[in-house]
Amino acid sequence: MEKQKRKRSTLPGSKMTPLMALILFLLIIYFILVAYPLFWMICNSLKSYKEIYKNIWALPKTPLWGNYALAWQRGISKYFLNSVLVTGSTIFGAIFAAALASYSLARFRFRGNQLIFVLCMGGMMLSPQVTLIPLYKIIQALHIHNTYLALIIPYTAYRIPLIVMLIRSHFLSIPKEIEESAVLDGCSSFGVFSRIFLPMSKPILLTCTILIAYYAWNEFLYAIIFIDSDKFRTIPAGLMNLRDALQTDWGVLLAGMTISATPLVTLFLLMQKQFIRGMTAGSVKG
Amino acid sequence: MKGNPPIVKPELFPEVTVVQTRRAGMNGIVPYLYVIPCILLLGIFVYIPLVVNFYYSTLNFSAFSPAKTFVGLQNYRELIADPVIRTALINNVWYCVISVIFQVGLSLCIAAVLEDKLFRRVSTVLRTMYFLPVLISMTVVALLFSFVYHPKIGLINAGLKMIGLGNLAHAWTGATDTAIFSAIAMSQWHSMGYTMMLFIVAIQGISEDLYEAAEIDGAGRLRRFIHVTLPQVREMAFVTMVTTVTGAFLVFNDVYILTGGGPGNASTTLAVYMYKNGFALDKMGYASTIAVLMLIICMILALIQNNAFRSGKGD
Repeated sequence: MEKQKRKRSTLPGSKMTPLMALILFLLIIYFILVAYPLFWMICNSLKSYKEIYKNIWALPKTPLWGNYALAWQRGISKYFLNSVLVTGSTIFGAIFAAALASYSLARFRFRGNQLIFVLCMGGMMLSPQVTLIPLYKIIQALHIHNTYLALIIPYTAYRIPLIVMLIRSHFLSIPKEIEESAVLDGCSSFGVFSRIFLPMSKPILLTCTILIAYYAWNEFLYAIIFIDSDKFRTIPAGLMNLRDALQTDWGVLLAGMTISATPLVTLFLLMQKQFIRGMTAGSVKG
Repeated sequence: MKGNPPIVKPELFPEVTVVQTRRAGMNGIVPYLYVIPCILLLGIFVYIPLVVNFYYSTLNFSAFSPAKTFVGLQNYRELIADPVIRTALINNVWYCVISVIFQVGLSLCIAAVLEDKLFRRVSTVLRTMYFLPVLISMTVVALLFSFVYHPKIGLINAGLKMIGLGNLAHAWTGATDTAIFSAIAMSQWHSMGYTMMLFIVAIQGISEDLYEAAEIDGAGRLRRFIHVTLPQVREMAFVTMVTTVTGAFLVFNDVYILTGGGPGNASTTLAVYMYKNGFALDKMGYASTIAVLMLIICMILALIQNNAFRSGKGD
C-alpha cells in the first residue's frame, strides 16, 4: 500500500516541473491578454474623454455613471429593444418552423421526405454572405426592406437547417409507444406534436434557443444592409452609428459597448452548462 | 429508433402493406402541411437567392433601379483581371492559415493542458475567461480593438512606450502592411475560446481508462497527448477545421468594422470587397460575381476536407 502510494506520486503528471510552471505562466499571460481589454473597457466607460486621453491606464477617479445613462439615451435603449424583439421573434419563428418540419420528417413516411430532409440539411453548407445581393433584391420586392421582418425572416431561414437537425434527431429518440397510445386516446397529429413532442423536448429547445439567440443578437451584415433607419437598428448596427454620432465621446461609446455585451455574458454565467452544450451542438456549423 | 418495429418490405408481409397504406392514406397531405413553413422560408430566402445569384453575376445593375443589362461573362473577366481580388484572396489565405494554427492547433493544446490534473484547480476560472470574448459580438470587440490599436492612445502603442520601445509604435490598422494582421490577431482573441471549449468537451468525453492504461505503460504527458488525446479528438478537430477554414474565406465583420478594408484596399477580404462593390460602388452584378467566387471556394474546400477526413478515417 505504502509502496503503491509512493509510486503514484512519482508518476509523470502529478509534479510541478519547470516546464509545467512555464505553461502555467503562459496560461496566466493569456488570461491577462483576454481579461485586460475587457477590464479596460469597463474602466474607461466610467471616465470622461479628457481622463481617457490624459491617461488610458488610470482607473476612473470618480466613476462617471452618467456615461451609461447618456449611452442609454443616445440610442442604446432603442437598439437594445430592437435586438430583443428581433432575437425573440427569430427564436420563436425558427423553433416553430423547424419543430413542425422535424416532426413531419421524424414521424411520417411520405413521398419526397428524403428530398425535403436533404434540402433542410443542405442549407447548413450555405452561408448568408453568399446570397446577400439577391436576398437584398427579394427583401425589396417583398416591401419588407427597412422593417423588423427584413431581419427576422432571413435570420429564421438561415437558422432552420441547424435547428431541424437538432430537433429531428431528438424527436427520433422519442419512443413510438407514447405517440401510439395518445393516438388511440383520440389525439390528433398536431395534438401529439404540441402536447407530447414539444414538452418532451425542453432541453433541446433550450439548446436551440441559445444557439439562435447567439446568432441573432450578434448578426451584423444583414443588420447594416437591410435596415436603413435608426428606428429599427439592432445593437451591432446601432453601435456603429453611435460611434459616428459620438465622435470622441469615448466614455459614452464604451458604456454603450459594455451594455450591449452584458446580456449574453450574463446568460452564459448563469447557465454555463446549457450554454456549452448548445455551442457544442451547434459546432457542426458554427 | 430503438423501440420501433423494423420497416418491412410490403411484398413479404401483405398484411403490413394494408396497414401502412391505410396509414399513409390517412396522413394524406398532413406531413406536407408540417413542412410548408420550413420549405417556404428555405426556398425563398436561401435557395432562390442562391440560384438567382448566378444569374445576377451575368448582369450589370444598380441597387435602386430596375434596369438590368446582360453582359455575359464580362464580370468574370473583370474578376480575373482585378488586382484587388488578388489582394483579397491573399488576405483570406492569411486569415485561414493563421486561424487554423491558433484555433485548431493552439486551442487543442490549451484544452489538453487545462484538462490536465495538475491545473484542475485553476482550469475553471481560466477557461471561463478564455471563453468570454466569444460571447461578445464582433461589433463590440472590433470597436474595443480600435482602442487597442489606436495610434495615439492605443493600449499597444502606449504600452510599448511605457517599456521604452516607443520606436516600435505603429499605426497598426492604418498601415498597409499591418492592417490585415491586426484584424487577424483580433479574430484569434475573439474566437480561440470557442474552439478551445469544443476541444475541452471532446477531451472530457474520452474514457479515463485510456489515459490510465497509457499512464501504467509509462507514457508521459506528451505521449499521452499524441497517442490518446489526438486520435480521440480527431472528429472534433475536423469539425473545427471546417468551421475555421470556411469562416476565414467568408470573413466580413472583423475586417469591415476594424479597418473597413483599408487603407485603400490593403486589408480587404472577398466579403468586404463584395459589400463594397454592391453597396458603396453600386456594382451589384460584380458583387454577385464575387459571391459566386466565394461559394465556389467554399464548396471546393468542403469537398477536399470531406475526402481528407474520409480517407483519414479509413486507416
